[in-house]
Amino acid sequence: MSGHDHGDDGVSRRKVLECMTWAGTGVLWTVTGGVPRSLGIIDSAQAATAATPGMTFLQISDSHVGFDKPANPNALGTLEEAVNKINAMPAKPSFMIHTGDITHLSKAAEFDNAERIISQTKLDVHYVPGEHDFIDEEVKLYRERYGRGTKGAGWYSFDAGGVHFIGLVNVVDLKAGGLGNLGAEQLAWLEDDLRGKSKSTPVVLFAHIPLWTVYPEWGWGTEDGGRALEYVKGFGSVTVLNGHIHQVMQKVEGNVTFHTARSTAFPQPAPGAAPSPGPMKVEDARLRSMLGVASVNFKQNEQRLAIIDTPLQG
Amino acid sequence: MNKLNRRDFGVAVVAALLLPATSARADDMEIHIDNFVFQPPELKIKVGTTVTWTNRDDIPHTVVSAGKFRSKTLDTDDKFSFTFTNAGDYKYFCSLHPHMTGMIKVE
Repeated sequence: MSGHDHGDDGVSRRKVLECMTWAGTGVLWTVTGGVPRSLGIIDSAQAATAATPGMTFLQISDSHVGFDKPANPNALGTLEEAVNKINAMPAKPSFMIHTGDITHLSKAAEFDNAERIISQTKLDVHYVPGEHDFIDEEVKLYRERYGRGTKGAGWYSFDAGGVHFIGLVNVVDLKAGGLGNLGAEQLAWLEDDLRGKSKSTPVVLFAHIPLWTVYPEWGWGTEDGGRALEYVKGFGSVTVLNGHIHQVMQKVEGNVTFHTARSTAFPQPAPGAAPSPGPMKVEDARLRSMLGVASVNFKQNEQRLAIIDTPLQG
Repeated sequence: MNKLNRRDFGVAVVAALLLPATSARADDMEIHIDNFVFQPPELKIKVGTTVTWTNRDDIPHTVVSAGKFRSKTLDTDDKFSFTFTNAGDYKYFCSLHPHMTGMIKVE
């Protein structure tokens, strides 16, 4: 991390850059020199992966298995398409993270179907739950499948390739009128988890709902997300990966990169662009053209994020 | 379906503007969930009234009033009914999308 001096916040804080593109399959991340860089989705990522040494991992999100409404009558099918793309990659990623809403209604069959398809990647998958994964009557199916070794409602951390990964849960105990919620217990755990870590350790935080406030009118943010960000403030490289909003958005503030991934199931409207954040129905032909590719390239000492959007079709 | 929902949403907004205070009556009442909004967002009813919520979105919702009532997860077109036997103000929300809030005033 030599020569990687961010200085104080006021100096290094960059103009906020937001970028949006539409639904796609998954985001490929690679870690070179300890700094995660998003290489975009699948196809355009392939060439880059071959040329880029270091650890590579994949993010998929919002597969909503069981969803069968007009916006995409076959969400399982598009998840399978994403998995086929992953399997066709010449360079195998080290592992995958899934940022929640695996299922649409938390039915056992939905979890089973998701597992059947995602396991075809033969990758380790690190999950965090979305609100759609906790709506079975006893709220137990997600935990039975993915809760092993986790704390509280399912948070945990692990290390890979010199990077410290932290999976957070911000979809439980939501308060009327509020946003996503981490809660005091999880925040205390997070503070403790980071204690003693070298500030040069790259940190990746991932959770379902954006940890930053994207659009509170639609609940797109986390009430106490700022507290979590306080704890990672001193770290040289912080990357925050979320889903939930079914579109790519990115923001860079100082040494923190915020990024949301596409859904594999259906697109949602841009903030305020529709009466509600519900599934967005587009013509069939256009849906596939919206299953796009976004690459985000983050290099040390560069002020600008390079974002490339490449549709899979059209 | 979405187009229908949006049109209904528009109609509901107009209705809410024209009738800010829904008059209290003993009849059973209905609340629709359209576009992540409880319509009408505020309802005045008499004790003994049964209110039925219907989810007309493509996304599941819940109807939760802390300590008072809690629906199961309502998928598209699912309904939840609750009979109000005590006077008072009942704030409620969707526990999945907490920015969705509503109020039942029972007198």
